[in-house]
Amino acid sequence: MLHDAARRADPEMMTDGPLSLADAAFRLHPSGALFWPEEQALVVADLHFEKGSSFARHGVMLPPYDTAVTLDLLADVIAFYRPKIVVALGDSFHDRAAPDRLPEPYRERLAALQAGREWIWIAGNHDPDVPEGFGGDVYAEVACGDIVFRHEPALGAHPGEIAGHLHPAARIRVRGRSLRRRCFVTDGTRLVLPAFGVYTGGLNVCDRAFEPVVPRHLMAAHLLGRDRVYAVAGCDLHPD
Amino acid sequence: MNADPLEPDLPEVFRRWFETRGWQPRAHQLDLLARARAGRSVLLIAPTGAGKTLAGFLPSLTDLAAAAAMRKKPGAPARGPHTLYISPLKALAVDIARNLEAPVAEMGLPITLETRTGDTPQHKRRRQTLSPPDILLTTPEQVSLLLAYRDARRFFANLSTVIVDELHALTTVKRGDLLSLGIARLRAHSPDLRTIGLSATVAAPDDLRAWLVAQQAGAPPQLADLIEVAGGAKPDIEILKSDERIPWAGHSARYALPDVYRAVKAHGMALIFVNTRSQAEAVFQELWRINEDGLPIALHHGSLDVGRRRKVEEAMTAGALRAVVCTSTLDLGIDWGDVDLVVHVGAPKGASRLAQRIGRANHRLDEPSKALLVPANRFEVLECQAALDANYVGAQDTPAARPGALDVLAQHVLGMAVAAPFSDEALYHEVTSAAPYAGLDRATFSRVVDFVATGGYALGTYERFARIRRTREGLWRVANPKVAQQYRLNVGTIVEAPMLKVRLSSRKRGGTIGRGGRVLGEIEEAFIESLSPGDTFLFAGEVLRFEALREAEALVSRATAETPKIPAYAGGKFPLSTYLADSVRAMLADPDAWERLPEAVRDWLLLQRDTSLLPRRDSLLVETFPRAGRFYMVAYPFEGRLAHQTLGMLLTRRLERIGARPLGFVASDYALSVWALSDLGARFKAGRPSLDELFDEDMLGDDLEAWMAESYLLKRTFRACAVIAGLIERRFPGKEKSGRQVTVSSDLIYDVLRSHEPDHILLQATWADAARGLLDIHRLGELLSRIKGRIMLSDSDRVTPLAMPVMLEIGRESISGAADEALLMEAAASLEREALTRDGTEGEAERDAP
Repeated sequence: MLHDAARRADPEMMTDGPLSLADAAFRLHPSGALFWPEEQALVVADLHFEKGSSFARHGVMLPPYDTAVTLDLLADVIAFYRPKIVVALGDSFHDRAAPDRLPEPYRERLAALQAGREWIWIAGNHDPDVPEGFGGDVYAEVACGDIVFRHEPALGAHPGEIAGHLHPAARIRVRGRSLRRRCFVTDGTRLVLPAFGVYTGGLNVCDRAFEPVVPRHLMAAHLLGRDRVYAVAGCDLHPD
Repeated sequence: MNADPLEPDLPEVFRRWFETRGWQPRAHQLDLLARARAGRSVLLIAPTGAGKTLAGFLPSLTDLAAAAAMRKKPGAPARGPHTLYISPLKALAVDIARNLEAPVAEMGLPITLETRTGDTPQHKRRRQTLSPPDILLTTPEQVSLLLAYRDARRFFANLSTVIVDELHALTTVKRGDLLSLGIARLRAHSPDLRTIGLSATVAAPDDLRAWLVAQQAGAPPQLADLIEVAGGAKPDIEILKSDERIPWAGHSARYALPDVYRAVKAHGMALIFVNTRSQAEAVFQELWRINEDGLPIALHHGSLDVGRRRKVEEAMTAGALRAVVCTSTLDLGIDWGDVDLVVHVGAPKGASRLAQRIGRANHRLDEPSKALLVPANRFEVLECQAALDANYVGAQDTPAARPGALDVLAQHVLGMAVAAPFSDEALYHEVTSAAPYAGLDRATFSRVVDFVATGGYALGTYERFARIRRTREGLWRVANPKVAQQYRLNVGTIVEAPMLKVRLSSRKRGGTIGRGGRVLGEIEEAFIESLSPGDTFLFAGEVLRFEALREAEALVSRATAETPKIPAYAGGKFPLSTYLADSVRAMLADPDAWERLPEAVRDWLLLQRDTSLLPRRDSLLVETFPRAGRFYMVAYPFEGRLAHQTLGMLLTRRLERIGARPLGFVASDYALSVWALSDLGARFKAGRPSLDELFDEDMLGDDLEAWMAESYLLKRTFRACAVIAGLIERRFPGKEKSGRQVTVSSDLIYDVLRSHEPDHILLQATWADAARGLLDIHRLGELLSRIKGRIMLSDSDRVTPLAMPVMLEIGRESISGAADEALLMEAAASLEREALTRDGTEGEAERDAP
């Protein structure tokens, strides 16, 4: 098994890549965030705050620093783009009780990140109702022109859908070596973002869960490298 | 039959049994009996064939025979076992039980004996706990499981003797750490417990003697008694003399297999040892290709399905085989019938290992074992010769004892909480009575207990989820029954690379793959990942075609008459032992010693002497030369592949920093080659940097730290520690498929922990493991200090004779972890090319990509 390398690279060294969708132009950031320059909006999916403590509830004592690291990464990418709007595409909290477990210092950091900008929580299946006291507004989905933000990709969605939920990851094979990375995945009309949370795993884009969303023959995956994203065609991707 | 002064000690029924078989109890058997009767713990070191096993069991058998006369009132409550026999191998426990049943039956002793291993069915295990046998033959993991039962104290109250077989194979590994803790607990249950250790010859017997008995804080080491039986007849070992040309490099020894085949034909039953499972497959395949007489030759290695292995073992015992190609799975003392030749393909990597493997031939003490060493390449010729010299002088290079691992301790602490509530004080006292943990300080112990309770994080947020909690009386107890269940599923210290079952299926018909044939064995997931459907590989002695991956199983079909890719799975790569490395260096430096070497090897060394320099025993030879537009340096430390790999990583880092533009490196057991875009020879001569600077010991400081942060080797070590310590759960086949999004990868945990709590106890355990194991930092440190100020440079205009073997390794060994970004770049480039050749808008966005 090959997994993502240490994720917190030097933000100064990172460069983003272009993507167009329904006539809108976006930037794909190697952290896994999406930026929409026209609207000054930053989009992140599947933050899964407090996943570590969720495991601890079941006796698996993962290091309790995942929320801190995820917030660090989020702060880096917010500093990079200075967006006016942040959209969290659902599953921002790992489970319904996660907001209660969120330690006070992290609450404050989150509030600091929200200060001076609009913050939109899209409801996810892990967090169908983001509780009061976390700032921002909660929506089931948000549309902006032809672009629609929702948590779970919808069946038969129109072009312009931007979603999360699936945690896409892709495997490439070069010179006898195999490498698996989180990725953005698109068919040119809709886009699925990689999970942003530090403890989140990835589902291979060759899995049949992706079939109705992004057909393989039209698929392009943008793999997250250390400081840039790498675009790879669907036909060059391998199942696990 | 001569009367021995000690013989009256032996009960009548035993004496008669010896007599009817025409045997006489051996002196060491009676000696051990006398000491055990006096309540002493004993280490018995004896060569194979000395009646070691019988010696170990005699005290228990005589005890039980005497007791049997007095007990067995009908309706008496079942008592716990009298004797635990613990072996590192399941198969060995089964084999010993079989061998023991015969004398017990022949003497008509009313003694019950049973095995209990991972293969024992659940209903039988349950029955065994209710109605235990007198003698229970089992493995270290089962001892831990038994000790975690609520009524362990009652179950073991009657225990009098623990016999640990093949002790030398346990004391230097984590399984031994776990067992030492288990024995400490057994001693608490049964204070008069005596232990008997059975071992092959080792370098430091006192380590094993201390391991067998309770240690006391602050006191000098307590030692078990020692009985040492002198070696039997000197083995008859030869290095294969082949008329074929010995290759420069490679490990297949293919050139010599016709000679090996002739040797097999000339003997009754041969064991053919190889160092890795992939070698086993390759040698087996090749032998069958030339097996014109259709001799029954079998294959035995750890990846094969258990059923297949048992069949081979049975056929061996029945004498139905002429040869078995095997790996270390057959290393340990199983008596597999009449082996009269041991062939060792490839270099043995350690003098002690060679001696033990050779001991497999001919289980009669007074006849010499016969062995044939088959070097696969020229350096191995030197190594075989060194090992042969060592075996004659009886040199021992078994590894030294080291402190017990903390991840193992964590597992044990949880097990003890599952068994019964414990107090810090009592458990600390008990744990430090086990030799590997005798030096454990109280603070570290407390950190381990905290780790078990809540993960031991500085940010104490998990208090309310604690797995073990302190009661009002100050005793630690498990928080809920689920914790006990988790413990039972995760017991043990063997963490294999994730494995996939290999299942035979019918060939593709119209795009579908037939379901279900039988399972051939298991293979590393990483290897399967490197295959594409249609690729062929060698496994279980057959050429197989990879068809598909389905629910954690690799479906394969039979493919004949094709050239297979050979499995590159990692099983059993041993690094060259320090002792042999030194002997090889000594031999190279002494042309008089070359007389014994084959002519081709001698000529090779002479050529090296005439065109470059010879490595010396106490210095390091570095050669530089250009080739095909690149500049190479080859160093010859002879410190084993692991230490060389670490050295290679550190050297390239250093060269990179000073702008020498290194491109890569490759390491073998003997040498290390680094190549670069700048002229390394010219740089070293000009002192930019000097070789002394390049090889300075300070590379073990910051460079090592920085490299380790990213090293995949360390992540692999961390995963093993995290599984053993119970931080993450073992992966069970079939369970992980659905879990990609659910489970958290150990690499991510490692990264988070390292950045937020670098002093965490698990990182401490990981570092200790890596320094000894995968990175071999200890040995690298010794090398760097040995060669300080003693580096010889030989700058040539072409590849030197000595450099040939390692140069041929380039391209065979992949350089792991070095170039992930470069691989991504390459994959992306292929899309960019495609985008440029495609018209329309689809590729439009990509064209802008940098």
